[in-house]
Amino acid sequence: MSLQLEDARVVEFDVRTDEMLVNMGPQHPSTHGVLRLLLRTDGEVVHEVTPHIGYLHRCAEKIGENLAPPQWIPYTDRMDYLAGMNMNLGFSLAIEKLVKMEVPEKAMVLRVIIAELGRVASHLVGMGAYGLDLGTFSPFLYAFREREIILDLFEEVCGARLTYSYITMGGATHDLPESITIPPGLASLVGKRNDLKMSWIDATRLFLDWLDRRVSEYHTLLTRNQIFIKRTAGLGILPPEMAKSYGCTGPVLRGSGVDWDLRRDGDPIYTRMYEGYEFNIPVAPFAEAPPEVVVGDNWCRFYVRMLELVQAIRLCRQAMDRYPKAEGAYRVPYKMSTKLPKDEVYLETECPRGQMGFYIVGNGDAEPLRARAKSSCFCNLAVTGPICKDFLLGDIPAIVGSLDIVMGEIDR
Amino acid sequence: MNAAEIHDLLRKQFGAEKIVGANMTAIDPWVEVAPASIVEVSTFLRDDARLQMDHLNNLCGVDYLQPDAKKAAKFGHEPHIEVVYHLSSFELKHKITLKVKLPRWKDGQAGELPEVDSVAGVWGIADWHERETYDLMGIRFLGHPNLCRILCPEDWVGHPLRKDYEMPLEYHEIRGR
Repeated sequence: MSLQLEDARVVEFDVRTDEMLVNMGPQHPSTHGVLRLLLRTDGEVVHEVTPHIGYLHRCAEKIGENLAPPQWIPYTDRMDYLAGMNMNLGFSLAIEKLVKMEVPEKAMVLRVIIAELGRVASHLVGMGAYGLDLGTFSPFLYAFREREIILDLFEEVCGARLTYSYITMGGATHDLPESITIPPGLASLVGKRNDLKMSWIDATRLFLDWLDRRVSEYHTLLTRNQIFIKRTAGLGILPPEMAKSYGCTGPVLRGSGVDWDLRRDGDPIYTRMYEGYEFNIPVAPFAEAPPEVVVGDNWCRFYVRMLELVQAIRLCRQAMDRYPKAEGAYRVPYKMSTKLPKDEVYLETECPRGQMGFYIVGNGDAEPLRARAKSSCFCNLAVTGPICKDFLLGDIPAIVGSLDIVMGEIDR
Repeated sequence: MNAAEIHDLLRKQFGAEKIVGANMTAIDPWVEVAPASIVEVSTFLRDDARLQMDHLNNLCGVDYLQPDAKKAAKFGHEPHIEVVYHLSSFELKHKITLKVKLPRWKDGQAGELPEVDSVAGVWGIADWHERETYDLMGIRFLGHPNLCRILCPEDWVGHPLRKDYEMPLEYHEIRGR
């Protein structure tokens, strides 16, 4: 269909900046997957942002109503596919709470190691992809080099590199390997022979020691980079009251100055995993922040993630110290035919991107009556409309990127 | 405050006509609210200094129906739909679950969606959660600023999370099954 204008000059001489509707996405590289933002722009200024989601919708909740919990674990992997381990953990804990299952100490320590390593991997991608959103490529390459080693280590543990299905009801599917060949990537990074044999824990420790020293490099590349500060500080400010009302969680909430982390404030079945560990919960404002930074802006959200990465490394190390002495088995078996009682449970866990909640209603069958997955990114994304208002078009990817969303989790 | 204290407080404030039921022995104790009073009770829960429920963790619908006639006898629930609200407080670190029970179809007429007042004015995130619940579960939220589908395409027919939902055989010439 072609549009014929009667007089071409009318268009040519009309230089008013009319309001224009622009579609950003769903195939736009800086929208982190298939997100479509409908922008109402006046020249360069964006007056309204409407997110359209659902392009990745698979109705995982409906599938969950027809499967026993161990069969639904692989579907939770595919929600937040950058932190599959943490998704497995959240769902497993919800089912354990429902059927009143006790998990041995060793399994709990193992879960802390794995979940915190997953958090490191996820925050590395968050950092790298955010650099990419702002037009710098090198942090992304560094982040993926580091993440690759974590994926290698996860592969040694369960055989999968992205969708693990490793943490299940009662513990995990396998114990941590006693002896592995050092992952080739790690061998070349730390300068070891690549046929070296060591235990999985030693390999992980070797990697974390190496990663620890790299964090200051990331700060030089991004956090304290003047261009990065100009693109992030004072933009996309999310006030704490709005963050609470919109149910924002995770680094987005803590970047707005609300001191809340489920590893400390959550349900007892979750917090007891982290009992006796030393870790800090980074919350804005930061004394070391550049003067342009405002609480709740892009920079704060990014910086919370960077500090959490260090805390996750710390937690992981402490858990690995405990692991050899931990009592019990790495799992207790969960039967596929276990009947879920006529009760219901809603449990949230602190995933890298926020609080992922699972609401399970049992009704005496092995399959739940309702399996609901409340996504953290879903709530974090809902706030884009209000916080992107009246910013320049070029700042929209910077603001949306700072929320660190994963569409697989939003659309489920 | 624990769940029983919250329930007592709500019962004292609103009476038995508005707080119609409760289960304090469940894993997550819940309070049932009359559909017409949900906005009033929600606003009180959010604003009262003793409660300060400023976080709506989750809002979703549950369809209680056993479509299989053989299993229906031991199903144990009358067919109905529930809207479930999980609330918590950042400041006071307590939580409660609210439930609203609705008929599966308004006035028993198949195809007419049940209705309940929207809490989008109380918590910002309820806007999207209610759109999702409308989309997947087929519950109409009255007074919602923009009640349209969010996950399914706009021209989708039916509400997939209903227990008696039938998968379409074809959608825009894409054949299923």
